[in-house]
Amino acid sequence: MTATADRKASEDSPAAPTPIPLAAVVTSPGPWGTALRQIRRNRSAMASLVVFFLILVVCLLAPFYASSIAHTDPFASNVAGTTVIGGQTVPVLAPSTTGLGLGVTPIGPTWDLTHYFLGSDGQGRDVMARLLYGGRNSLLIGFSAALLCCLLAGIIGVLAGYFGGVVDGVLSRLLDVVWAFPVYLLAISLSVVLLTSGVRIGPISIGAGSLWLPVLIIGIVYVPYVARPIRGQVMALKEKEFVAAAIGVGSSDLRIMRRDVVPNVAPTVVVFLPLMTALSMLTESALSFLSVGVQPPQASWGTIINDGLDLLYTRPAVTLAPGIAIALTAVVLNLFGDGVREALDPRARLRGAG
Amino acid sequence: MVRFALARFGAAVFVLVSISVLVFLIFFATPGVDPAARIAGRNADQATLAQVQAEFGLDQPLPVRYALMMKHLFVDRDLTSFVNRGVLVIPQIVHAVPVTLSLVLGAAVLWMVVGVAMGTLAAAWRGRAADPLIVLVGVVGVSIPVYWLGEVVNLVTQSRLHDSVFSWVPPLGYVPLTQNPAQWALRLLFPWLTLAVLYAGIYARVLRSEMMGALDEDYVRTARAKGVSERRILIKHALRCSLIPIVSLFGLDFGALVGGSALLTEVVFGLPGVGRLTYTALQNLDLPVILGTVLYAAFFVVLSNALVDLVYAALDPRVRHV
Repeated sequence: MTATADRKASEDSPAAPTPIPLAAVVTSPGPWGTALRQIRRNRSAMASLVVFFLILVVCLLAPFYASSIAHTDPFASNVAGTTVIGGQTVPVLAPSTTGLGLGVTPIGPTWDLTHYFLGSDGQGRDVMARLLYGGRNSLLIGFSAALLCCLLAGIIGVLAGYFGGVVDGVLSRLLDVVWAFPVYLLAISLSVVLLTSGVRIGPISIGAGSLWLPVLIIGIVYVPYVARPIRGQVMALKEKEFVAAAIGVGSSDLRIMRRDVVPNVAPTVVVFLPLMTALSMLTESALSFLSVGVQPPQASWGTIINDGLDLLYTRPAVTLAPGIAIALTAVVLNLFGDGVREALDPRARLRGAG
Repeated sequence: MVRFALARFGAAVFVLVSISVLVFLIFFATPGVDPAARIAGRNADQATLAQVQAEFGLDQPLPVRYALMMKHLFVDRDLTSFVNRGVLVIPQIVHAVPVTLSLVLGAAVLWMVVGVAMGTLAAAWRGRAADPLIVLVGVVGVSIPVYWLGEVVNLVTQSRLHDSVFSWVPPLGYVPLTQNPAQWALRLLFPWLTLAVLYAGIYARVLRSEMMGALDEDYVRTARAKGVSERRILIKHALRCSLIPIVSLFGLDFGALVGGSALLTEVVFGLPGVGRLTYTALQNLDLPVILGTVLYAAFFVVLSNALVDLVYAALDPRVRHV
């Protein structure tokens, strides 16, 4: 916008002293602009982004769907409730007809958006409404954990790479330990201790059932995956002439990090963000499936799969729907992430074309 | 090589000690959490709490408590569950190890063979229709939750098609190799396939891009100029060099599998391995069992990673000088 406006201005006024080089400078889009153009041309990345936003919007409409379309409370059990299928009133949980006739079988998918579209779970709750609410939580946790992880990793990576020596030694050993610790086991240990009592670090207090607990846990366990490459990149940057020049001019460490180092590692962090969001979301779902992630009555895609475990052979929709939602979201995030990487990392682009 | 091996194992020992300290801090020194109540399980009575207090020296300073925990775990190996009264934890873990190893090793063989074959074919056929397909399979592989795929497999083989196509599939569970090798393999077949399908795609994708790079190298051009056949170049020259990073990736994934996807797969397929033990303990909040499985599994992962690094250094001498 500004580029075209400037060019027009220079054309209109022939008195401008050096119109051509000025226009050339102004129209240069810079690294971010080039990347943006690159990714706009990447059809699979753009299609993925569209699908992702569709998923996001549908999940954000969860409260509207539950209150105005399905007229149901997805967090209250509805064991004795009834619903209407084809004009007939039927119980949500019918007595079981298989085996010994003990227990109950929830109704299956009605494919009617106003009544139990995907059927009910073992407690008579509308699976479709829970799927949307669960998606909200899964996406929120996935994105927040990825953001926290990239932020922590960026800080640790830049500090370790820039200062080297003792700072690097301590931080790198710390990363080594977390890296070597199997992710799920670390997350399980943290969850099992924290989930029943919550955590209090100084003024920040996170309650036991809070969604921020899985965010915190997943954000921490993946820090080494991002911090290690950033540290390496910062170490390489420190050898560059412009950093040497900045040191020679007498710039403070803080200024060099802010002006010279951070802008150069920012693309790496941005590349990691969609990929880490997918990974965090998958981890969240696995932890919730193991019952150490999102706590009831809250839902996430992982907890719904866990709810469907006992109903797998009778009502598979409870398990299938959230799994398809997770896989689809992760695929589009990964495809978009690959597009971002190709756009921001010229070396990856060369490799991909090779 | 000897110096590298010593340095690598020195690092591994450091990481082992640090992990045990980290686990200790998580379980015994988390602010605002009463460790005795945690370990004794839900609604424990006063006597049990006192017993836990004494056994883990909870009134003593932190280093003493750490030493006591390690003594119970590795020296006396007398860590007991308070949820299932008096059940020793370590023998349970030792008993479950062969199940986990059977699962993980079988899946690893499958995914390495399939992944390397797919990656090599993709590199050989670059530019053709099969190539982007393999790339897509790799993306889907990292995106499908493994436990969910296992449930879908169960749904198909145990329920929906069990009366027709899959009538030969045995019920879920585990039969020891020493007892009946055929049943052992048959019962593990679908768990192996579930784990391997996802990893094979990732490996094919990595191998493909490595081989693309290798095929652009000078030594491949030299081989072509000498008149070496294209198939020989692909397998003897490009594949051999490209396998080195695959070995390193394998080391990382093998470890991650033991402490991650294998746990979920065991739960879904009802295999009584270390992962399922951890899962059952999680359901009962049986902390001594979780403490035991987490530390033993973490130690196994660290040691296997160190071993893989040694194999890597033996294959690629350049690594030794880092």
